[in-house]
Amino acid sequence: MPKLTHQQYEKSEYNLHLIQTKKFKTNTVALKFARPLERENITERALLPFVLQKGTKLYPTEKELRLKLDELYGAKFSINSGKKGENHVITFVLDFANDKFIPDTNQLVRDCLQFLYEVAANPKAENGSFDEAIVNKEKETLTNKIKSIVDEKMQYANMRLIDEMCEGEKYSIHSHGYLDDMDQIDAQSIYKTYQQMIHEDALDVFFVGDFEEQDVKPVIEEVLTFDRKPSVEVVRSEPTRADQVETVTEKQKIQQAKLHLGYRTGITYRDPDYRVLQMFNGIFGMFPHSKLFLNVREKHSLAYYAASRIESNKGLLLVFSGIAPDKFEQARDIIIQQHEDIKNGKISDEEIDQTKKAITHQLKETIDRAGGMVEFFYQQVIAGEFQDIEQIFDSIEQTSKDDIVRVANKVELDTVYFLTAEDGGEGNE
Amino acid sequence: MNKIEIPRINEHMYHETLENGLDVFLYPKPEVEKTFAIFSTKYGSIDQTFTPIGENEKVTVPDGIAHFLEHKMFEKEDGDVFQHFSGRGASANAFTSFTQTAYLFSSTTEEEKNVETLLDFVQDPYFTEKTVEKEKGIIEQEIKMYDDQADWRLFFGTIGSLYENHPVRIDIAGTVESIYEITHEDLYTCYNTFYHPSNMSIFVIGNFDLDSMTDLIKNNQDNKTFDKPNGIDRFYGEEADHVYKPVEKIYMPVTTPKCMVAVKEKKDQLKKDQLLKNDLIRDMILDLYFSKSGSYYEKLYQEGLVIDKLRLEQYLEESFGFAAIGGSTTKPEEFGDKVKEMLLSIKNDPIKQEEFERAKKKKYGELIREFNELEGTANTIIHYHHLGIDYREVFQVLEQLTLDDVNNATHEWIAEDRISICMVLPEGEQ
Repeated sequence: MPKLTHQQYEKSEYNLHLIQTKKFKTNTVALKFARPLERENITERALLPFVLQKGTKLYPTEKELRLKLDELYGAKFSINSGKKGENHVITFVLDFANDKFIPDTNQLVRDCLQFLYEVAANPKAENGSFDEAIVNKEKETLTNKIKSIVDEKMQYANMRLIDEMCEGEKYSIHSHGYLDDMDQIDAQSIYKTYQQMIHEDALDVFFVGDFEEQDVKPVIEEVLTFDRKPSVEVVRSEPTRADQVETVTEKQKIQQAKLHLGYRTGITYRDPDYRVLQMFNGIFGMFPHSKLFLNVREKHSLAYYAASRIESNKGLLLVFSGIAPDKFEQARDIIIQQHEDIKNGKISDEEIDQTKKAITHQLKETIDRAGGMVEFFYQQVIAGEFQDIEQIFDSIEQTSKDDIVRVANKVELDTVYFLTAEDGGEGNE
Repeated sequence: MNKIEIPRINEHMYHETLENGLDVFLYPKPEVEKTFAIFSTKYGSIDQTFTPIGENEKVTVPDGIAHFLEHKMFEKEDGDVFQHFSGRGASANAFTSFTQTAYLFSSTTEEEKNVETLLDFVQDPYFTEKTVEKEKGIIEQEIKMYDDQADWRLFFGTIGSLYENHPVRIDIAGTVESIYEITHEDLYTCYNTFYHPSNMSIFVIGNFDLDSMTDLIKNNQDNKTFDKPNGIDRFYGEEADHVYKPVEKIYMPVTTPKCMVAVKEKKDQLKKDQLLKNDLIRDMILDLYFSKSGSYYEKLYQEGLVIDKLRLEQYLEESFGFAAIGGSTTKPEEFGDKVKEMLLSIKNDPIKQEEFERAKKKKYGELIREFNELEGTANTIIHYHHLGIDYREVFQVLEQLTLDDVNNATHEWIAEDRISICMVLPEGEQ
């Protein structure tokens, strides 16, 4: 069994997580700022990662900032944002070489932490405002990105499914923001949103790598001295039930249709049944041995991909497949039938055994990546539910067929979303 | 097995060429959970015209056949090979590129049995008319999925504008028409020619026992018989150094246009002994001018010619090569002209010593980072091995690289008649 050394320190400014491992040649530092999703500030929060990467007091242009990273032996840096359940999380990640592989260097950790602090705490701003030219330029960039989503069919179909399924729920808020908001955003208003993030958001700091705690912890405490009073807490959604199944069809000029189905599971990460739900999802659609792949793809040759995944903080299960436009009913019925079969106990011992092994494997593989380790522990922070990795393996192992059937019966279809070709696919033969 | 040191990162791996010609690489890493293995043949989408093993006449097979064959390797008389891996909790996969087809798995238990399955299923083809017919619907959906992706269309549109005859211009999966022509006899012809152990390598990296893994692979191969290899004749057609079409436009239903500008390699730049060095130089130049710390990128961004970052691609192979700079843009024509002009002006705007030193540091850190990932490490070493290159030399090549090497290279590399521009434009503008 793998050993994971994770040391957590709760401080008034942030929680510090130290994860020691010899797996990597680099160290990874991540800052995660979280607060509940709100329609009012979402576009500004989506815009922040763009603005913050364009300059700081010390490195006033994007080019200077990137040159500093080059100087730090090609340190890799990004800021991104996204949904975690009904929270919005802004993540800063810096990955840099462990200096034991670099001749004549021994303070890369300090230099890199200082860089990270500079970007987060000293953005290019004055008198309560970001640089106006930067904000205007980045508004343009984000506008173009939002407009391009429709060109990525899988992502678009996913977004539309959630729009329809979770209408009126916080979860349906678009984490990339809204075009309608752009006119109201200016260099001052977004600076206020930044101030809220840096002072009030729940903040977790992760440091992953091959280091000694006594060398690294004091440096982190000395360098990452954010002046903050966290005042918001992340939300943990109560799962909602499905009512009537709705079917939504949309047409575009495309070759391949996308059939996405949304289910309510009633089970979130905190639920004692969460590991059983993972087992259900594994048998249903997560893997190449799952019922969806074997039936939709292998048996009926309807799709190149057909799979499912769970949204663990909101209690959803989403199925996605790419099919020929004229195969809608056949594909939908086969997908629904696979769920029915599990509800009726049509599960072999082999399927259960394979799924247990596959989930265990997947989790071990996750903790072979630095980013995977951060996500593993952060998931627990968001859920407020702390479990040892070995406990998780145990609960997977102990899942019985009855458990799976019971959970399959809690899972309810909510929405069928179909993105299809304008000509009904006739031009495709 | 021969122990070989990997400089700078203080690790080592093992290598041996078996009697049947198979190259075996073993790289134990006890600190990680998983084992990753990749079994790869030097046979990709470009290998369409060749002399089949045991015959004298060359043949040309339908577009997309290497990829089709990859799909069909997983199906056996007694079912799907995926299930054997799944039964042990392993995840298996495969991919086809321009120059190789590779089968792989990752697992955290029973890695020896998985390696055995990997060797056995790839070395035991089972193609029938029925199984081949069944796959066509699946691959048709795969092709259509890519047809809807603007980035994919842009990339292949670009290659099609660079190359007139070389089969790199053909989409890896082929076309819906071409895959329907494929027969199970075609698959056997390709299989028998290209899946000989002397044309293949296996790389195992991760948490496994070196001695028993060595024994397992050797015994497994000793128990199989293969014909004597007689080398493979491959034909790629005559290709000029200059581009086929300087400008290519693709119309499809997109909201945001895209543009890619590419430089075709002269054949004399692809010599084996220069490849690693040329690779590093191109990488460094693209980075110095067009990455987010690059001076040309800054201009493009400020002039509103690019949305977010640029896509920088670089391929150097035995029979073809190109470098490409692409991005989403609201002004595709201007983007194309500007990037072309920038490429041509590099030789008048040479890199300074300070910039060069910083770029070297950056590249060094990136090389160290590459070894974080098991998959990447194995793939990179195998890729270069297929080209006859020992990838470990990259550290030394980088350290010995001089500013003059880089600045002089531009003259040989970039020329107006070797640049093409490809655009993906919204359909209405046609």
